[in-house]
Amino acid sequence: MSVPLTLLGLLEREPSYGYDLKRDYDTYFGRGKPLPFGQVYATLRRLARDGKVTGGEAEPGAGPDRKPYTITGLGAHEFDSWLMQPIEPEPHLQTVLFSKVVLALMLGRPADTYLDIQRAMHLRRMHELTEVKRTGSLMDGLLADHGLFHLEADLRWIDVTSARLHALAEMVRST
Amino acid sequence: MTPVMNRLSASHVGRPVIAARDVYKSFGQTPALVGSTLTVQPGEVLSVMGPSGSGKSTLLHCLAGIYTPDAGEIWFDGQRLDTLSDTRRTELRRTSFGFVFQFGQLVPELTVADNIALPLLLGRVGRKAAYARVGAWLPRLGLDGLGARRTGELSGGQAQRVAIARAMVARPKVLFADEPTGSLDTLTGEMVMELLVRSAREEGTTVVVVTHEPRVAACADRHVLVRDGKVVTHAGAAVADAEVEVER
Repeated sequence: MSVPLTLLGLLEREPSYGYDLKRDYDTYFGRGKPLPFGQVYATLRRLARDGKVTGGEAEPGAGPDRKPYTITGLGAHEFDSWLMQPIEPEPHLQTVLFSKVVLALMLGRPADTYLDIQRAMHLRRMHELTEVKRTGSLMDGLLADHGLFHLEADLRWIDVTSARLHALAEMVRST
Repeated sequence: MTPVMNRLSASHVGRPVIAARDVYKSFGQTPALVGSTLTVQPGEVLSVMGPSGSGKSTLLHCLAGIYTPDAGEIWFDGQRLDTLSDTRRTELRRTSFGFVFQFGQLVPELTVADNIALPLLLGRVGRKAAYARVGAWLPRLGLDGLGARRTGELSGGQAQRVAIARAMVARPKVLFADEPTGSLDTLTGEMVMELLVRSAREEGTTVVVVTHEPRVAACADRHVLVRDGKVVTHAGAAVADAEVEVER
């Protein structure tokens, strides 16, 4: 998660104080990891230095750095470009899971047991995320869904690999 | 062995509500279960996973007394199930078990309310009392206002919710579900599974759900895998007889 780009996005709505930006960041994106105030103000200063935001006049007697920040044309352009840029679909062709299976087969270790243990770990995590969905907010639920779909994809790979373990073992041992 | 001799000690701590001990079942020359052993604790939600043809549905049918094993034992609530007469097993299934299958298997000529009331009417509960209980179940499963509708007019998700209500209305001790969301899209399946588990937990009903869908299994408290006709724990080892807390 890019903090500078996220703050630019929040400023795209309306000029805001650092405190408000931190509050909104924590609410929507923090997920239990609040953004330190120091990081908020340091990021805003860098964005201001680079001409992507401007800081208004500090309000007298309202505490340190209590000034409204406004996004500039340059900042808005950078944010728009980032927003429209699709993220790289990561194929994960060299996963730890795959490496462990191949190494287990290569060394004559019980790869099927390893896959069973991994399946149990995945299901346990899916159970936790299902509880988050059941008891949390819509935002919590959608984030949990993201995790659930990825874990599900891993589990399908584990099942397919379990079913093809003999063939894979022959291939690994013959090369 | 008499039913009394079959009954387990009531004081047995942690006694499973369902247990399979070294169960074998073949169809013709094809073995489906080859020494399956499993216990299910009261109130537990257990998922049984495994690839197609692994024997997981056969195991569920044996646990539920629908199939009789070729060898091995099935225990329900301290009572040997597989040695009961067909009549007694049928009665037990009606009074103690509920079933939800992939395709609701509702009676299309009957209304939603009639379908849900069926187990009660077959159990000789009076019509008034039966339909009062049906009326209480309709809102619990989001079926308000659908009681008079023919089941053929329902969506897949609605039909499965009717199937859950029908399975739960007689307050079974164990609910057996075989791919209960297999014919539904992800969102609908998730809602159906959530309702199934919530209903069971509210009633203290044990659930055994067979599924190949990880998201369905994730709703369960515990998972076992069936591979090549054997129950495998997720630590990889086949469940040993010794783990089955059944006293003879």
